[in-house]
Amino acid sequence: MSHVIEMLNIRKEFPGIVANDNITLQVEKGEIHAILGENGAGKSTLMSILFGLYHADRGTIKVRGEEVHIASPNDATDLGIGMVHQHFQLVQTFTVTENIILGKEGGFVLDRKSAAKKIKALSEQYGLSVNPDSVIEDITVGMQQRVEILKMLYRDAEILIFDEPTAVLTPQEIEELMQIMRNMVKEGKSVILITHKLDEIKAVADRCTIIRRGKMVGVVDVASTSQTKMASMMVGRPVNFKVVKEDMEAGKPVLEVKDLNVLNIKKTPAVKNFSLQVRAGEIVGIAGVDGNGQSELVEAITGLRPIVSGSIYINGDDISQASIRERNESGIGHIPEDRQKRGLVMSASLSSNMVIKEYYREPFSKRGILHQDTIDKHAQDICDAFDVRSGEGIFSHAGKLSGGNQQKAIVGREMALEPDLIIAVQPTRGLDVGAIEYIHKRLVEHREKGKAVLLVSFELDEIFNLSDRIAVMNSGELVDVVETKQTNEEEVGLMMAGVRNKEAAL
Amino acid sequence: MKVKIKSNAFLIAVSAVILGLFAGGLLMMSIGSNPFEGFYYLFRGGLMNMERIGNTISTAITLMLVGLSVAFAFKTGLFNIGAAGQMLVGGLCATLVAHYVFIPRPFYLVVIIFCAFLGGALWGVIPGILKAKFNVHEVVATIMMNWIAYWSIYYFVPAYLKGPSLETESKSIAIEQSLRSPWLTEIFGGGYINLGIFVAVGAIFVIKYVLDKTTLGFELKAVGSNRFCAEYAGIKVNRNVVISMMIAGGLAGLAGMTYYTGYSRNIQIGVMPSMGFDGIAVALLGASNPIGVLFSALFFGMLQSGKGFMNAMTEVPPEIADTIIATIIYFTATSVLFSRFWDSVGRKKRDKAQQKIDQDESKEEVSHE
Repeated sequence: MSHVIEMLNIRKEFPGIVANDNITLQVEKGEIHAILGENGAGKSTLMSILFGLYHADRGTIKVRGEEVHIASPNDATDLGIGMVHQHFQLVQTFTVTENIILGKEGGFVLDRKSAAKKIKALSEQYGLSVNPDSVIEDITVGMQQRVEILKMLYRDAEILIFDEPTAVLTPQEIEELMQIMRNMVKEGKSVILITHKLDEIKAVADRCTIIRRGKMVGVVDVASTSQTKMASMMVGRPVNFKVVKEDMEAGKPVLEVKDLNVLNIKKTPAVKNFSLQVRAGEIVGIAGVDGNGQSELVEAITGLRPIVSGSIYINGDDISQASIRERNESGIGHIPEDRQKRGLVMSASLSSNMVIKEYYREPFSKRGILHQDTIDKHAQDICDAFDVRSGEGIFSHAGKLSGGNQQKAIVGREMALEPDLIIAVQPTRGLDVGAIEYIHKRLVEHREKGKAVLLVSFELDEIFNLSDRIAVMNSGELVDVVETKQTNEEEVGLMMAGVRNKEAAL
Repeated sequence: MKVKIKSNAFLIAVSAVILGLFAGGLLMMSIGSNPFEGFYYLFRGGLMNMERIGNTISTAITLMLVGLSVAFAFKTGLFNIGAAGQMLVGGLCATLVAHYVFIPRPFYLVVIIFCAFLGGALWGVIPGILKAKFNVHEVVATIMMNWIAYWSIYYFVPAYLKGPSLETESKSIAIEQSLRSPWLTEIFGGGYINLGIFVAVGAIFVIKYVLDKTTLGFELKAVGSNRFCAEYAGIKVNRNVVISMMIAGGLAGLAGMTYYTGYSRNIQIGVMPSMGFDGIAVALLGASNPIGVLFSALFFGMLQSGKGFMNAMTEVPPEIADTIIATIIYFTATSVLFSRFWDSVGRKKRDKAQQKIDQDESKEEVSHE
């Protein structure tokens, strides 16, 4: 069997950390090869070495059997290696064609016509159905990704690297992307898929290289290996996928949103006539693709964004005009979407961060004077209870903590407020399996105490795992609310694309 | 809110000072003077006897308060470049009190301090409100306030406080109405030393206390370090911006008082007090930390008051001292480079320690498996 790519005994060190330790990756021609690993396991480093962004300290790279030196992405492109980045690199105001030929314009006079023709042909060959004349800002994220793919194909890439390609897609778009990958392999290309999602690997990949903490754990044949097996290889211990959740009778409404209208930062409607109830003892998940009004909805409830019309009730009290602090005090806890921007003051100690919503109250202060000992003790309690690990304990700067520990600290702080409602936005984004498990468990515990949880997530798995009911949002509107037990991912996926239940049934 | 100052802030400051002095030495050499001689007289000029020390301190008093003003605004994420204007207004208020209020000394001191603070606070709070309400950048607003103060003084002083002989300055205030104090003057054998020293040192410790121990300081620092998080936590960001500028302005107003009713005893028209800008340097070198400001103000005060003596005793022009100050600011502003340097020194040591731990751990892991 001929290997199109061979990375042998790669080692890459960064100051203080070995990102890749003796990793070997062999990709066969015409296969979809997945690279599986937790965040920080070294997947991206390995691919950056292959793409010429980093240089390996040790090891050799062979392309089509020949040893090569890849000094820059240009070298990689010349060797037929293309990479679809997680963050698209497109000029928003240019057309598809213009974006694709950018940097490959040819002569002095732009020949858009023949370029567009070639793009159209490629698009048809691989089933991408991209219109070469569309402007990037007018097309969906899924389409933009296909433009990125076309960029590679236009440059005659033989080996395509996909870096976490499904994070921004709806389930249907994911399905289509997988079909595109299969088409590519059929045409003789090879695909490297970087991901930490097991079901995707199972659905599309032939073989899978598993990396843990910079070391290679093994290469498995996907068809004959179970997901559980792969997960435990990735994490290094058995993993519980299913969150254990008792059946509970939901109580009285804690949060009630009625006919809410909110504008986004561009002053266009982001949330439209939105109504929703979250009751005591239940978790309501808001499913939807990123950018469909979820952030604005949460900001409106927590008071970070003014509303245009409608009302918001907490335990029956209208809080729609209340200040942020009054809302905090009325029983809302909020795990914000962007923990670095909103959640923590990075340059301040963990201790200060743990009382940032309560410092003005007794026992943490009295008549404007802080009680540092009480504050420190409170922070210590949270760190103990939520297993927050840091170099200098509660005196560490928040910015020095790892993402998982930062998130655990935020979750701990919000839980310590004992709020009637917790709003958790993307609570496990970018975290590894262990931290995800932990945070999920805590959210379910909160529900079991008879409190309410509003979960916003772009990961359907997470929504299905935790929610009692699922509210689907599409372009600012509530598509429908369904019982988790009476629906499936396909149905919710369709609703995320804006197709209502009843229409789908027709 | 406990925002730990960078542990290497002190190292950075010292490195900047040493490099600044070194650059000054090179300059002296380049004009054919002996740098050792130059520095000898520069330091001697600032420290050789009690009177000189008194003058160094009295220069430092004003710098300390201005530096504190700038540093305080920095903590809330604001750049107060309007300390000069706030000094003028605070100084004018103090001068008016000195001319028209005759009450027993202790009450008098309270009134003059209060009025000077109020004048400066007024000049600081206007940019604060503009920032909070209309998002006008405070740098623009404070610079404009500087010139409003400058021209207001230009007309106000000749109209209402005209001196007997000179058109360009106010009439001098009586020595017993100034901040000069006979016993202080006696200790230091004359010079400009005045009661402002207690105001300045007091302000340093009050501000330190406010920043470290109070809910107000907690809020101000939260807003300054991450306004998005502060907002999320329910802290009123705009209110804190206004409060911060008000206090910063008040501190600069006090600086004006120490300068115009202590160091000197009249206000000159058509002069923007350069100390209003030197305070930025003091705050930078002091890493926006009150105690840091105390020491950096003393250091700059020494350079300021020593430069005349150096000029008298050697061929070195006094501008060299200003150049040294400017160079130090330069090096402080590029402190990123120093912190990288000191970090890398620190890291190498840590790395060695870490390697050892790693080795031990991997041994353990192997034995477990």
